[in-house]
Amino acid sequence: MTGVRETRAHAAASEQPTVAPVSTAEVCVVACAEAWRGDAEIAASPMGLIPTAGARLARATFEPDLLLSDGEARFVTGTWALGQPPPGPAEGWIPFRAIFDLAWHGVRHVMMGPAQIDRYGNVNISAIGDYARPARQLLGVRGAPGNTVNHPTSYWVPRHLPRVFVPRVDMVSGVGYDRAGAAGRGAAEFLDLRRVVTNLAGLDFGGPGRSMRLVSGHPGVSVGDVVAATGFELAIEGAVPQTRLPTAAELTLIRDVIDPARLRDGEVRG
Amino acid sequence: MSEDDVVARLRSGMTIGIGGWGSRRKPMSMVRAILRSELRDLTVVSYGGPDVGLLCAAGKIRRLVFGFVSLDSIPLEPHFQAARQAAAIEVTEYDEGMLQWALYAAACRLPFLPSRAGLGSDVLAVNPQLRTVRSPYDDAAELVAVPALPLDAALVHLNRADASGNAQFLGDDLYFDDLFCTAAERAYVSCERIVPTSELEAGGLTRLRVHRWMVAGVVEAPNGAHFTSCAPDYDRDEAFQRHYVAAAKDPEQWKGFAATYLSGDEAAYQSAVAALRAGANA
Repeated sequence: MTGVRETRAHAAASEQPTVAPVSTAEVCVVACAEAWRGDAEIAASPMGLIPTAGARLARATFEPDLLLSDGEARFVTGTWALGQPPPGPAEGWIPFRAIFDLAWHGVRHVMMGPAQIDRYGNVNISAIGDYARPARQLLGVRGAPGNTVNHPTSYWVPRHLPRVFVPRVDMVSGVGYDRAGAAGRGAAEFLDLRRVVTNLAGLDFGGPGRSMRLVSGHPGVSVGDVVAATGFELAIEGAVPQTRLPTAAELTLIRDVIDPARLRDGEVRG
Repeated sequence: MSEDDVVARLRSGMTIGIGGWGSRRKPMSMVRAILRSELRDLTVVSYGGPDVGLLCAAGKIRRLVFGFVSLDSIPLEPHFQAARQAAAIEVTEYDEGMLQWALYAAACRLPFLPSRAGLGSDVLAVNPQLRTVRSPYDDAAELVAVPALPLDAALVHLNRADASGNAQFLGDDLYFDDLFCTAAERAYVSCERIVPTSELEAGGLTRLRVHRWMVAGVVEAPNGAHFTSCAPDYDRDEAFQRHYVAAAKDPEQWKGFAATYLSGDEAAYQSAVAALRAGANA
């Protein structure tokens, strides 16, 4: 059930452009928040600090019906600070088993952090190098195979580098458009890769054949900077706009409510 | 029974499921008993944490069936990483949900359960034994047929149990402990405290999710999940986990860690942990 909450008040206040100096981390928080725009009443599952700030910002402003977890087994209400327990009451019990059910039902939009991502959105979080004897073992595929083929997925890359944006990922953990297409309808029908947000830019999969496209560059970042940091050909259509800046109301929420300890600066500097 | 009694009922080469999740409510005292034993060539099935790391370090694992291995507050498990990077273990890597399905299929005595998870990913490439199945209905969708994963034994740690094996979680999440038990030929439950049956309902009927028909033996193991979390009895021992990770990254330090914590029995382990804590608080 959707409902108007008191948090809608923030939306009205967020129309004023800001004049305060804005950090790259703050631009990234807003760009992550934008990934959930239009999602309405689904679970936003951010992995990583800046996506977590973004999800809380989105709910506090333009997506008040999002469901957010405390990182353990509760859906919780309210807007609270990174690293702190939520003050609001729980509105649901979501042990891991319920999260799988939620994912398979499709009512979830996850933002994961890939170690490698390719042009069609295949990502690797499992192991770098030869699978039989990895140069670097990472977490394992976790829920990425199931997440990607069941519900909307976005990605957050705090350091946009050619070794992350690779021509071919070593172990496809999260499924991209080309692989899903080849695997058939079961893989492709619910695949919905939304946004890739990095410390340099915002990207999506609106390029030819659902390939990665540069959508916006953060302030001070040129198209050339993004191209140089990307190990495959990006779709670029005409003049690339600048990523939108936080509004004054958004900045106040980020600085005073969501991240007063400035943990965001530890993930993205500048 | 004791942890060593449980281990005496296990055999080398068995497939053993370990409950909990990451670095949360792991049956660590039973894992430590395996470390002390002669068991080897185990196939271990786990939503992995330090249980997997310690068993890797002790050379107990032939094959690991997993969706991830993580210490939660510290993302990567150093012993698991080292074992994989040395190709010291074989692996069957599944999506987390596929692993649930594999256990559930075994629990339901089904040969497989259909899954969308896995399609299009390299989980199918690195597990050539996996097959797909076509829906016999009008959709004719092709799906992964996740094969049942029957366990020879399951090890789980819960907050409370009675002597006959009715066991209760008091934290926020059962994880998949009931599935590990029902997928297994024999399940062994360790718990913080064995209580009279009459005291269990007061802890919450809906938390009483592991039943005596699922369970072959019960071990009372206070602080038995240490250093993983066992809420609400205790949180993860983050300082100890950091100590474990630092030691695991250096062979010389690891020798010292193993001599201090892993050379004796469970009582010796708990004394060494208490001594470390007393030292830190001094």
